[in-house]
Amino acid sequence: MASLPPKHPVQQGTADAAGGADAHHHPPKGLLRWVLTTNHKEIGTLYLLFSLLMFLIGGVFALVIRAELFQPGLQLVQPEFFNQMTTMHGLIMVFGAVMPAFVGLANWMVPLQIGAPDMALPRLNNFSFWLLPVAFTLLLSTLFMPGGAPNFGWTFYAPLSTTYAPPSTTFFILSLHIAGISSILGAINIIATILNLRAPGMRMMDMTLFVWTWLITAFLLIAVMPVLAGVVTMMLMDINFGTSFFNAGGGGDPVMFQHLFWFFGHPEVYIMILPAFGIVSVIIPTFARKPLFGYASMVYATASIAILSFMVWAHHMFVVGLPLVAELFFMYSTMLIAVPTGVKVFNWVATLFRGSISYEPAMLFAIAFVILFTIGGFSGLMLAISPADFQYHDTYFVVAHFHYVLVPGAIFSIMAAVYYWLPKWTGHYPHLRLSQWHFWLSVIGVNLTFFPMHFSGLAGMPRRIPDYSLQFADFNMVSSIGAFMFGLSQLLFVVIVFMCARGGEKAPAKTWDGAVDLEWTVPSPAPLHTFETPPQYRPAEADH
Amino acid sequence: MRKWHVWMTAGTLLLSGELSLNGKLQAAGWNMPVGVTDISREVHSLHMTIFWICVVIGVVVFGAMFYSLFRYRRSKGAQAAKFHEHTTVEVIWTAIPLLILIGMAVPATATLKKMYDASEADLDVMITGQQWRWQYSYLGEDVNFISSLATPREQISGDQERGENYLLEVDQPLVLPVGKKVRLLMTSDDVIHSWWVPELAVKQDAIPGFVNENWVRINEPGIYRGQCAELCGKDHGFMPVVVQAMEEEEFDAWLAERKSAASEEAAGADREWKLDELMERGEQVYGSICAACHQPNGAGLPPTFPALAGNQALLDDREHHLDTVLNGVAGTPMPGFRTTLSPVELAAVITYERNAWGNDTGDVVQPSEIAEQLAE
Repeated sequence: MASLPPKHPVQQGTADAAGGADAHHHPPKGLLRWVLTTNHKEIGTLYLLFSLLMFLIGGVFALVIRAELFQPGLQLVQPEFFNQMTTMHGLIMVFGAVMPAFVGLANWMVPLQIGAPDMALPRLNNFSFWLLPVAFTLLLSTLFMPGGAPNFGWTFYAPLSTTYAPPSTTFFILSLHIAGISSILGAINIIATILNLRAPGMRMMDMTLFVWTWLITAFLLIAVMPVLAGVVTMMLMDINFGTSFFNAGGGGDPVMFQHLFWFFGHPEVYIMILPAFGIVSVIIPTFARKPLFGYASMVYATASIAILSFMVWAHHMFVVGLPLVAELFFMYSTMLIAVPTGVKVFNWVATLFRGSISYEPAMLFAIAFVILFTIGGFSGLMLAISPADFQYHDTYFVVAHFHYVLVPGAIFSIMAAVYYWLPKWTGHYPHLRLSQWHFWLSVIGVNLTFFPMHFSGLAGMPRRIPDYSLQFADFNMVSSIGAFMFGLSQLLFVVIVFMCARGGEKAPAKTWDGAVDLEWTVPSPAPLHTFETPPQYRPAEADH
Repeated sequence: MRKWHVWMTAGTLLLSGELSLNGKLQAAGWNMPVGVTDISREVHSLHMTIFWICVVIGVVVFGAMFYSLFRYRRSKGAQAAKFHEHTTVEVIWTAIPLLILIGMAVPATATLKKMYDASEADLDVMITGQQWRWQYSYLGEDVNFISSLATPREQISGDQERGENYLLEVDQPLVLPVGKKVRLLMTSDDVIHSWWVPELAVKQDAIPGFVNENWVRINEPGIYRGQCAELCGKDHGFMPVVVQAMEEEEFDAWLAERKSAASEEAAGADREWKLDELMERGEQVYGSICAACHQPNGAGLPPTFPALAGNQALLDDREHHLDTVLNGVAGTPMPGFRTTLSPVELAAVITYERNAWGNDTGDVVQPSEIAEQLAE
């Protein structure tokens, strides 16, 4: 305890208060520097690079799936391996790509946006990052184990994931535990930072929407990751220690697994989208050169979505045979989510209205986010109608829905954030032409991939099948072409990011003329230590 | 006046466009089928209603958005306004969606209530999911059979041209009478499956340890195809559902025929069977029940699905072999088949396994022996 940083470093206004001060002044050289770093910017970079690597690996798995589904019949892989690919694709993208990317952005930008010198708990920060490579090395190693990797889908329904699972499932459980601990520690750190380290004069209602959404997300993480830990521990017991939590033959209950999983799983969905709302709510005002419309209602809408997220989980279970009242309750509560979500979309549109809009790559991705996320929202509303869900459930319509909110939703918001803040991280603007190419190829690719899935789903194609009947052939071919287009254009993204790190047009401290938040008051690239003396916060010209 | 006229025309055009578009999408297999039950029609109309509501909201929201994106370009010298709040507008766009949602929830609730009322059924069918086939039992009728994929493996591997109903065809469909309310009871022997036929708007999970209830009243005779909708292991994609709906008299005749076939089969258990007969029958049973996991050549897919060819543990211990097939192996995917297969089928498949693929034990397991074991 003695070595922990003092409680209110901001008020003391010294760099040493950020923790491990000596190590910072003489950082170890080479690899060790990255292993031992407690600096929020370096850890943010590590998170983002890790997430990029996982995004590419998860993407390769997706392309294996799309290649197999290019035509009817089994050409490339066998069903066993196909199921491993769908499972690993989902797990890697959710836990390895999207979540760490948002944590990385929070690491970099939350201290800069609230005027803090670092995260509140820098050593914990280092620990929570380095848990991730351990977790995902373990998870990926299951591909080489006898019986193969987990093959029961990222939702791992029991008893397919217990009694009928491959031996590697125990390793999968351990890796989820480790990733879960990492998430909880990261969330604690973010809450501690936001609540304690805001610049003098910055009230909660002065914080940017990105900080707000992350604060709420962190509470969601702390609430639900332990539930996930509980459910996988019960699986562990069923598999290895002869219990029967989910085994009907021993008096257990397979449906209880789904209740527990989705009690974690639905808030998890919002964990992956609330920070995206925050990013877009920061970017759109910058490039519309107009303050965010309805700041307060944006905050309240985010909080309502978070609270509602605990009351809708069983809409993932409309066909398990819930009683009628439960079915009705979850249908109504799910439909209610459309209200705060609608408010957000209307506010973004109202922010654009009578602005002075320019189309930098970050803005392009943010606009695509609003449009395509809203399409995913519409299909979400359709899925909430329980009688209709009896037809949509577990079909490609669902696959289309959640990929619309996750790929042009969460992933596009991350891309937007990267294009928005890269100049602050590297001191250079990303290559404009290439960024525009990346945007247009991504937006066309993503729609080619996922739009036809609405049709194949409505026409009756179940998800998670390695082969399909002939009437779905055209849709699948288009989806596969789109997927390769989207996948390959992400290599361009990698090129752009690394080019930007090495050089390019120099960016000033205030990189974008419409930007107003605190991060734009520090130089570009941001030096290793910023806000060693806390800034006196003055609300921007627009008084939220 | 003139304005009204224009709006009316536009409305009519839109409506007719909707109808013809809907028809075209349906025919091309781009949309949810209307189906052949009253419930499926209601579900389809709910689907189309909510779809058009979304379209209208989308047109308004995206319209406003694209207008702003185009009209207020900085490159065209747009100057940004300063407003960032408007309480009335915010209240309005919170209230209106709420009203639309209530409007949507009312018909959805009504339909859902009907879907949940499985009372006063004319016929009960028990549907049991198994990796990877369906078992259908007509309760109280002594008719019970297994329905598995009929598409040949050569079509899946591409060595043979794929047929019209590729992956959507079974050896024995579920046969149901038209115009009768049929209660469908669902359960599973192993993992969770989901029984789905789009044309009937029935999708219900089959869960081990649970019996779920659903119902259907089919209006038109025909063959309706669907698939298992819940990931249930490696052959999840190869587990079709086929329902054949026929007129009542035809159905009664079919049921009577199945009953007499069942009693014939039961009689077969009493006589002495020859090795050849058992091998022939056993190969059939093995192909439809066992081959998915243990493979047609008996090599299995270790470690999950052990090989049967050259499996000394089974070949040296006949009792162990019988016990495995009849009762399954706890804690593994191997189910017991004592209630799924008839004594003849059980005897045939065990005999086949003990003599095929070079196992050559020469052992014959008689149906009577199995019947005795089952009686114990």
